[in-house]
Amino acid sequence: MNRRSFLATTAIAALATAAGLPALAADPLKVGFIYVGPVGDMGWSYQHDQGRRAIEAEYGDKVVTTFMESVPEGPDAERALTQLALEGNTLIFATSFGYMDAVMNVAAKFPNVKFEHATGYKSAENVATYDAKFFQGRAIQGTIGGRMTKSNKIGYIGSFPIPEVVQGINAAYIHAKKVNPDVEMKVVWAYTWFDPAKEADAAAALIAEGVDVIMQHTDSTAPQAKAQEAGNVITFGQASDMSAFAPMPRVSSTIDNWAPYYVKRVGAMLDGSWKSEATWGGIDTGMVEIGEISSAVPEEVKAEALALKDKIASGEYHPFTGPLHKQDGSAWLADGVQAEDGELAGMNFFVEGITSELPK
Amino acid sequence: MIGGIDIIVLIATLMAASTPVLLAATGELVAEKSGVLNLGVEGMMIMGAVGGFAVATATGSPVLGFLAGAVAGALLATLFAILTQIFLSNQVATGLALTLFGLGLSALIGKGYEGVRPPQTTKLDFGPLGDIPVLGPVLFGHDWVVYASLVLVGATWAVLKFTRAGLILRAVGENHDAAHALGYRVVAVRFAALAYGGALAGLGGAYLSLVRVPQWTEGMTAGAGWIALAIVVFASWKPERVLIGAYMFSGITALQLQLQAAGYAIPVHLLSMAPYLITIIVLVVLSALHRHGVAAAPAALGRSFHASN
Repeated sequence: MNRRSFLATTAIAALATAAGLPALAADPLKVGFIYVGPVGDMGWSYQHDQGRRAIEAEYGDKVVTTFMESVPEGPDAERALTQLALEGNTLIFATSFGYMDAVMNVAAKFPNVKFEHATGYKSAENVATYDAKFFQGRAIQGTIGGRMTKSNKIGYIGSFPIPEVVQGINAAYIHAKKVNPDVEMKVVWAYTWFDPAKEADAAAALIAEGVDVIMQHTDSTAPQAKAQEAGNVITFGQASDMSAFAPMPRVSSTIDNWAPYYVKRVGAMLDGSWKSEATWGGIDTGMVEIGEISSAVPEEVKAEALALKDKIASGEYHPFTGPLHKQDGSAWLADGVQAEDGELAGMNFFVEGITSELPK
Repeated sequence: MIGGIDIIVLIATLMAASTPVLLAATGELVAEKSGVLNLGVEGMMIMGAVGGFAVATATGSPVLGFLAGAVAGALLATLFAILTQIFLSNQVATGLALTLFGLGLSALIGKGYEGVRPPQTTKLDFGPLGDIPVLGPVLFGHDWVVYASLVLVGATWAVLKFTRAGLILRAVGENHDAAHALGYRVVAVRFAALAYGGALAGLGGAYLSLVRVPQWTEGMTAGAGWIALAIVVFASWKPERVLIGAYMFSGITALQLQLQAAGYAIPVHLLSMAPYLITIIVLVVLSALHRHGVAAAPAALGRSFHASN
């Protein structure tokens, strides 16, 4: 059940086919998903599944969706994708960075199946990529964290040292530093997207180091639970609102809202206008949402954070605006220059001031 | 403090962090000593995690939660026992099925418990003992389950080594036909050993959801059951070595996270690999010591028993 859940709808559709019932309308469009964690992680995979549900709500019986959860990154992903393609899914969403090569391999074998890969950078005729500018949310978290920390130590639980995560760490640090020059960033790499016990241990290790603000780029709510236990540590919801932990420790969140994008892409499949493209949505397009800033945050900090959010949304401000230096001291962005999307998509360095070393 | 790492905090963390796998591995050791290979540890652990969590939040009592976790694990193990001991199904396949079944069923039961906060398992108060430097936080700063797990390991060791019951269990695991000829009830002994193993795995799972994380999340064991299985092999089926194995496997995880938090750039992959490398080395050394193969494993491990044979 856990590893290979199929919706009852798929089973019913299969039964209907087996019984030889004639399809009354045109055959429904079959859309497949693979998730890196369980749907019930209440974080990343949960949000993707909300997007899948939105597709069903929007198009009703014109679509049939299927998902596989807890698909490990690596060779098994290729098997899962192949299986979905063989089952007749003509649009397949692969929702984790580590599926990238598997998607490319399977896409080459099934030229008539369209693939959508989240957070990756490789594309093809039938492979589109989509990503959200999570770093915009991190800039707001950095502002709140920098203002609220008493120990001046912010902890960050990273998953893997890939651009998507590195952008977040940099954005959070730059904006925390801006409001609190004494702030220090401690980074712990968990090397997993989903392992509640390990994420909890990572949070505990950071708290033991004196950290009182924890940001996470892993998928479960375990760090929130650990911070709650500690009492005086604040956290931010990751991928999902995680509002069960508000008002403390969760003081705000970055919510990935994939639903509008998924609905749009499935719509494009239905009317035949689908083509491979790269989408990178932010606060402006609604792909990144900022969860309610809780009552634990002082009013003036909340106002400052919301003002920053509005400036990012309107395009007036970019979280990566010069002058910025790389960690080794070399110049990166000159005064007033904004980072370009392509450059960010391959970000493989920390900015000046972060003392942790970025693993290679 | 050594190089920015607080050794005392590290050891205290390590003891708590290793409790789930320590319990599960000890239970699995008993099952394997009776000659049954139960690969369903992961499934039993997660059933214990969800069962313990559900009962603890419903009753507000962590103690009842842990009991329920043990019962849930034992129930699943009994199912395994019925399939493999009465219906003589293949142990490896049944064990794998048990893991998948446990993961799925726990996800179903766990719906509605996401984001719920469990009642807190309080740390035992040893009064002035807790204030002793170094030893205080390491030995006297834990919740009761940590101590219970150590007592269980000790008791398991003593029962297996010194008692008649332990001798019978080992006899069944070494040669079930001979044990049967002597009049011992092989199937009954294996049922009991499996249920004990399941109960300990369930207890370990409940510790995960009630203390270590503490919350319920689908699939939250994330491979802990498989590590428990590796530890039994690493320990060459000796309870005292299970303790070393559990502390080493979990200790390295705790250590690498703390090293990172303290700002060290360390090769995480090498450290994570180390326990498995050591397991392989232990196996090689063992088989080199015993010229006729690994004598440490119970001779009847994984073989089905039927009185007609």
